[in-house]
Amino acid sequence: MRSIDAREVTRQVSQMVVEANMVLPGDVSTALEKAWENEDNPSGREILGQLLENARLAREMSLPLCQDTGLAVFFVELGQECRLRGDLYQAVNAGVSRGYEEGFLRKSVCNPLSRKNTGDNTPAVIHLDLVPGDRLKIRFMPKGGGSENMSGLAMLTPSQGLEGVKEFVLQRVAGAGPNPCPPGIIGIGIGGSFDQAPLLAKKALFRPLDDIHPEQEVRDLEAELFEAVNALGIGPMGMGGRTTCLGVKIQAAPCHIASLPVAVNIQCHAARHKEVSL
Amino acid sequence: MSREIKLSTPLQEEDVLHLRTGDKVLLSGHIYTARDAAHKRLLQDLDQGIEPPFNLQGAVVYYVGPTPAPPGRVIGSAGPTTSSRMDAYTPRMHQLGVRATIGKGRRSQEVRRVLQEQKAVYLGATGGAGALLSRCITGSWVLAFEELGTEAIRELEVLDFPLLVVNDAFGGELYVTAGR
Ligand code: SF4
Repeated sequence: MRSIDAREVTRQVSQMVVEANMVLPGDVSTALEKAWENEDNPSGREILGQLLENARLAREMSLPLCQDTGLAVFFVELGQECRLRGDLYQAVNAGVSRGYEEGFLRKSVCNPLSRKNTGDNTPAVIHLDLVPGDRLKIRFMPKGGGSENMSGLAMLTPSQGLEGVKEFVLQRVAGAGPNPCPPGIIGIGIGGSFDQAPLLAKKALFRPLDDIHPEQEVRDLEAELFEAVNALGIGPMGMGGRTTCLGVKIQAAPCHIASLPVAVNIQCHAARHKEVSL
Repeated sequence: MSREIKLSTPLQEEDVLHLRTGDKVLLSGHIYTARDAAHKRLLQDLDQGIEPPFNLQGAVVYYVGPTPAPPGRVIGSAGPTTSSRMDAYTPRMHQLGVRATIGKGRRSQEVRRVLQEQKAVYLGATGGAGALLSRCITGSWVLAFEELGTEAIRELEVLDFPLLVVNDAFGGELYVTAGR
């Protein structure tokens, strides 16, 4: 049995939260560059140019890409043959607390009723999966409020079918308009239960933009929705143009014969994420 | 072709009447930050007869919650937050003399109506370009509600801060309405 010290988890997390906020992942900057080349709306193109420039400056000046350094969301995969010495949740939260303080990141977490800020950006949202193997994989995403607020869930009926799914997705994206800082990534969860669909949608956002879904049916739906979202013409920051999203990512899971849950989790262009494997 | 207009604070009525949706604005001078919590407090205080922490006449309010300033910088990353959350407060702010607000995203019909009535404008900054925009901020001071942390009211000194006129004082709208 492999064992890992919880202090190592804290150390890694405190570094990854800072790096993730300052360096735009390669797949996202490549997609933004491509969008910049293809965008024919002058205002939209100018915005895309600013976003690329912003990413360069953030890296060079060690400043966060965006002032909303997010709610800290983690997906942790713990190998069944890996034993953690110490408390995992405590270790991750200690890393968030340290990283957000030392990295000069914004503390954006508050009590939902009193609205009082917790002061150190904890607690993080931590999803834990038990998996085969002896590794500990930690994936982190700082989730901004602007795009998260535009997300939604619908409990569709089987008769509404795939058409209903597409309609709901397009309705959400069109309704959100410029608010979630387009062009971003549209994470979609189809199926599962009331609680599972949004989780699938969020998980979908962790997939690299250039990865290919193994199921043909899902792949086709992703491609169709990608075209349809970009045909909305919202454009970068709502200025118009053909770039409303950089990608559509779908995760599906079996659901009850009576239901068809669909969740849309909108991610802005500051699609920050990072992962470490211990 | 959109025009590029240089403006300095405080804004006068003529400044605003000169602007049209789609114009680029390079703003210099002093602006004031406020988000949800600061708006609520400021207006509650006013009801209690407490003076606002800055002169509202001709003021420009920026919807932003910056990241803390790292050593050697006046401010951290400082891009706009979603304006619609402030829609509930904005009409009153304009009635009290605020000439312009800066944020990202669409405003309510009521805000757009008040812009025409009060001769004020809504300016858009590029969302998520916080590092880029921070370079146009040359000074930052906390004026009130320090305990709110990032949501405190700050006075910012800006130089050629790049903006776009989203809603002018004549009912103009910059954002594309998606075909649904
Ligand atoms: S939606 Fe994203 S890019 Fe826009 S302000 Fe929020 S975190 Fe930043």
